[in-house]
Amino acid sequence: MSLSELSALPLGTTASILGIRAESVLEQRLQALGFRAGREISIVRKAWLGGPLHIRIGTTEVIMRRRDARAIQVQPA
Amino acid sequence: MTNTVNCNKCNPDSSPLLDVMSTDGLKQIAVLGMPNTGKSTFFNRLTGANASIGNWPGITVDLLAAKIKLGQQQTQVVDLPGIYDLRGFSEDEEVVRRFLESNPVHLVIIILNSTQLDRQISLALQVKHLGLPALLLLNMADEAPKFGVHIDVDQISQRLQMPAFQISAKYGQGFAQAKSLIAERLGLQSEPVLAGVVNRNLVSDEQFTAEMSDLIAHGFEVSTQFKNTLTTKLDRVLLHPVFGLPIFFGAMYLMFQVVYTIGKPLQDGLNQGVEWFKGAAVEPLLSFLPKFPHDLLIDGLYGGVGTVAAFIPVIWIFFICMAIVEDSGYLSRSAYLMDAFMERLGLDGRSFVMSLMGFGCNVPAIMGLRVMRSPALRLLSMLVIPFSLCSARLNVFIFMTTALFSASAAPAVLFSLYLFSFAAAILTAFIFKGKYPNQEPLVLELPPYRFPTIRQMLLRAWLETQHFLRFAWKFIILGVVAIWLCNNLPQNVEPASAGTISGMIGNFLQPVLAPVGISPKLSVALIFGFIAKEIVLGGLAVIYAVKEDTGLAGVIAKDIDWVQAYSFMLFTLLYVPCLSTVAVIKAESKSSKFALLAVVWSLGLAWAASFVFYQGARALGY
Repeated sequence: MSLSELSALPLGTTASILGIRAESVLEQRLQALGFRAGREISIVRKAWLGGPLHIRIGTTEVIMRRRDARAIQVQPA
Repeated sequence: MTNTVNCNKCNPDSSPLLDVMSTDGLKQIAVLGMPNTGKSTFFNRLTGANASIGNWPGITVDLLAAKIKLGQQQTQVVDLPGIYDLRGFSEDEEVVRRFLESNPVHLVIIILNSTQLDRQISLALQVKHLGLPALLLLNMADEAPKFGVHIDVDQISQRLQMPAFQISAKYGQGFAQAKSLIAERLGLQSEPVLAGVVNRNLVSDEQFTAEMSDLIAHGFEVSTQFKNTLTTKLDRVLLHPVFGLPIFFGAMYLMFQVVYTIGKPLQDGLNQGVEWFKGAAVEPLLSFLPKFPHDLLIDGLYGGVGTVAAFIPVIWIFFICMAIVEDSGYLSRSAYLMDAFMERLGLDGRSFVMSLMGFGCNVPAIMGLRVMRSPALRLLSMLVIPFSLCSARLNVFIFMTTALFSASAAPAVLFSLYLFSFAAAILTAFIFKGKYPNQEPLVLELPPYRFPTIRQMLLRAWLETQHFLRFAWKFIILGVVAIWLCNNLPQNVEPASAGTISGMIGNFLQPVLAPVGISPKLSVALIFGFIAKEIVLGGLAVIYAVKEDTGLAGVIAKDIDWVQAYSFMLFTLLYVPCLSTVAVIKAESKSSKFALLAVVWSLGLAWAASFVFYQGARALGY
């Protein structure tokens, strides 16, 4: 797993979004929630047993499954 | 019989549903917004409690609407589902697109969350590109300063070419001004406007992104690094990897207790009221009638009314609690906590909450599924929830385990039924998750923790109760009357005896039910149980012609052995919970076919489980 995947980002660190590569439903939803290239993003916590990620982007917090999070390419700050 | 007064408004098949939906001389307003922006709160504040559900050209789902007077103008306000994107692929996004393409409006009120305007402004920009007359309300003005958010309303308004205004729909700040602004805009718009084909009229992504950046650069500013300390602190505890789940189960237990310990006495009180009215008014009024029509009206029709009424308190309190759990933001957090497990079942944490609540009563739990916006997720949950062992079934099981098992064995028997309940739910999810695959990715917002106002809770409860009555009462009353007739026709034999229609059905079904140990008498009890599980015991009392509280336990114990009794309980646990559950499944899925599937599947599962148990136990020599 390369470091450029969001799901591999360590807790509490901030990264910036490089791009989103997802099928259109997910891509549109992510865009509407503010996931755009250049924005800062961080993982607040990860649920146990492969559960979802708690992500903060700007003033928005969302939960997302790990496999969906793979669509987000990031550049650790 | 006040229930019959509004019947022209209640039939979901006739369109339009409400006579107020006729558009002559009415100005049309559509309320549009993203999820979690307080859009419904605004709608409720604007329209009061007089909103009703209706249907519209071009779309298949019902929308909430109300007729109000704004300034001098009679206006119809429609609450559109919360959406992220007018080009989106979800069912709700399709609904909104269809609505705007097929229904001309005089004004679109766009509600956005002030603190998240940097991303939500996209929706307003899309509306601008569609050329619809619009007005922008920046809601949650009370929260914006806490997040260090500053908005230049004039800049936003200028660049979007629509009036914009900051309000707090929850607490009412700015609401009066917003209302007069709306009336004013409405007065300027004499002709309604249609959106045209939405996807064709929106601009390219590049241009859109550029315009949005421009808007944010000029109108939106976050002065401090965002830190909502209270929410962050609460999340640290409530989403804790170790304590999160126990706290969640504790909270659910508390909610369960509140709903059913308050709901039960209210339900009993209402029941007494219904009985009292029967004795005081209905009986004397109908006493001139011969026995058969007299009993039909009282035990059938009036009994049906009582069955409907019995659900009102529970639904009411349930949705007071739901308003708290949902509006506080905790329901989305439950999805985070339970997802690792629920994803394997094709569901999410919110279905889990509803299934748990189903252990009190399946009816409100199924109605509560509407918070999930994916149709597949809702349908799959609707198949699962009826297996939750509700309090009505518990009564039957407590009675029968006490009658047929030793005091030391009874708790274990009861516990085993709970295990079967879970197993049936999980099995159902596994089998049907392929048929109802959830297409929407789980990307859920975690809004900051908020507490709903009393007004929000009461309105929610009122609207949901109204919804239940409108869609379920006819089905339930008809069902109760039909089953009463089966138990009492022909007139020349004892009610519920072998000679009645029920008895004949029971005999007719013997080839199927004998292999699971269910005698003709018990079959008739199952027919009673179709109405509601509460009346299975009363039904058995009629069938065995003894008093329920004195002789019934002994008579049953003599008639059947424990293997038969357990098989009967298994069957009772798994087959169709009750008419009312079927009625809400039909209303919520908007499909009689789906309701039928739920009935047939549960009957099939009930039979298979009882068969395996009964034949297995007999083969082992019991």
